[in-house]
Amino acid sequence: MTSSQVNAPAEGEHVKPQADHADRAKTVVQRIADLRAWLFLAVLIIGFESWSRLSFGGTFIFNGFNLQSIAIFAVAPLLLATGQTFVIISGGIDLSMGFIMGLAAVVAAHAINTFTPGLGLPLAVLLGAIVAVAVACIPGVINGLLVSRLKVPPFIGTLGMFGVARGVAFLLAGGTTVPVSNSFFATIGNGRIFNVPYIVIITAIFVLGMHYLLGQTRFGQHNYAIGANVKAASRCGINIKSHLLRLYILSAACAGLAGVLYAARFNAGAAQAGEPLLLDSVAAVVIGGASLFGGSGTIIGTVAGAFVIAVIQYGLVFVNVEPFWQFISVGVVIIISVLIDQAQRRFSGGRQDE
Amino acid sequence: MNSGTQPLLEVNNLSKHFGAVRALDDFSMVIQPGEVVALAGDNGAGKTTLIKTISGVFRPSSGEVKLKGEPVSFATPQEARDKGIETIYQDLALADNLSIGANIFLGREPMTRKLGFIPVLDRKKMADAARDTMALLDFHVSRMEAPVSNFSGGQRQAVAIGRAVYWNAQILIMDEPTAALGVPEQRKVISLIHQLKKQGRGIIFISHNLQDIFAVSDRIIVLRRGVMAGERKISETTHDEVVKLMVGG
Ligand SMILES: Nc1ncnc2c1ncn2[C@@H]1O[C@H](COP(=O)(O)OP(=O)(O)OP(=O)(O)O)[C@@H](O)[C@H]1O
Ligand SMILES: [Mg+2]
Repeated sequence: MTSSQVNAPAEGEHVKPQADHADRAKTVVQRIADLRAWLFLAVLIIGFESWSRLSFGGTFIFNGFNLQSIAIFAVAPLLLATGQTFVIISGGIDLSMGFIMGLAAVVAAHAINTFTPGLGLPLAVLLGAIVAVAVACIPGVINGLLVSRLKVPPFIGTLGMFGVARGVAFLLAGGTTVPVSNSFFATIGNGRIFNVPYIVIITAIFVLGMHYLLGQTRFGQHNYAIGANVKAASRCGINIKSHLLRLYILSAACAGLAGVLYAARFNAGAAQAGEPLLLDSVAAVVIGGASLFGGSGTIIGTVAGAFVIAVIQYGLVFVNVEPFWQFISVGVVIIISVLIDQAQRRFSGGRQDE
Repeated sequence: MNSGTQPLLEVNNLSKHFGAVRALDDFSMVIQPGEVVALAGDNGAGKTTLIKTISGVFRPSSGEVKLKGEPVSFATPQEARDKGIETIYQDLALADNLSIGANIFLGREPMTRKLGFIPVLDRKKMADAARDTMALLDFHVSRMEAPVSNFSGGQRQAVAIGRAVYWNAQILIMDEPTAALGVPEQRKVISLIHQLKKQGRGIIFISHNLQDIFAVSDRIIVLRRGVMAGERKISETTHDEVVKLMVGG
């Protein structure tokens, strides 16, 4: 028991409160927990680098092509994970993001094809992208209303919307992929400047904006408070309903952007564009240090988490391992990550009970 | 203005009925600035009903509440809070993952500008206000960024009280502030109440612990089945007398 270290209150007129527990150094476990995504990333990079050098005598990470490929790989899961980070911090989850992404990809393809003859290449792309993101926000509004007004648990509400968005996306696509004929769009999807792909730049700027939104604004602050204690947040005058509505619109908009960039990269919209990415995005958030119970998580952590997954997926291909090992590796990383989180919780829980 | 003798809070003939249940019946009391009044009484005596009727959670069935001589009527607890009546519930209503400053400003966060144009949360202002407020309560914290989950029960109570103090609550109502705490922590809360008293605030606190009541209050009001069973100055009464009032012996 550490309580024996605490001095007994002095006798006197009033008792002077002791120095707070937070003064104590963070435990080693907590430090590891805070940095786990970056540690994973470092271990993975060192591992693949050694593997690559030993088996082909070439470098893995100091190879511009590999870096570009990993970054392109990470774009869509990272965008989904960015929105998911907000939702998970609030104590919810958005299962519909994958098919909202597909819906946006299909709508972007149709809209750009429709606008191109009348508006010219760049304007058609801009307008088409706006329409696609706007359409993606519709399921977001419905998710938000279900969760905030009708008190539907987020898992169920967004699962329902997962089905609806999926069906609508396939109907709009006519059950197939929708090719886009707009060379400007193709350039955005595949072009690069100073060897950095445009879609990576767009994603980086967007993620930076989300980092600001979460860390520096009232919206972000309220999001953390709601995830930790809804009752406290509401007693302090935070409008929970409107916050949740905006939150699910935000996550849908992230998925919408992911869909547009997907359509740009592949020059086509596909309803199943985001199908395999939803779980990767949740995994990225969890590896990045967020708790599924809500109240904690950061965009920086999620970025690291998304890169952990992208490096595993690309790295295993690079070293010629059967692709099925990807699933196993990502699964193992998720489990280790959650174990670290729980160990840290146990430690800090013990501190509170003193 | 007769500010010298103006009571902070006056409750006149207040009643609250839930259907046939007279949870509070024709109750009156006065609180002066810098006065600590304890509410005692058996379970179901009407203590919580009384403070909820004062703080805007319940509408009174009849009677009136006056704040500094002005009759007031609150539709919501927020309205009471805006007028300086703050209730601190046992669950404290803190966001455990946020710092003391962030909790003090929760829902009313101050903003500043970075590089002259990007609006950002003013964390420095929050930390400074937190440090000053906690110092006012004689509670010294050095790591202002630490989440309040790192603090103990009594310290968290201090944070909740600090939030009320920062927003200039004149009357603090506490429902069993020491019930969930160990003995050293209870003493910290008692010392906090002493600080609030020194600052001229009025304090109403509910407690089942006579030790605490005698340690900190100026007066004790005993409720029994919704009516005032007795009111005593702490200096002029004993544990035995209070217990008799509570059980109606
Ligand atoms: N919302 C309500 N609806 C109906 N009856 C109520 C309500 N709130 C309280 N009562 C009744 O009013 C009476 C007084 O209850 P109150 O909660 O004020 O007692 P208390 O003194 O706070 O008791 P305790 O010490 O157990 O907290 C009880 O008979 C209770 O059942
Ligand atoms: Mg009660």
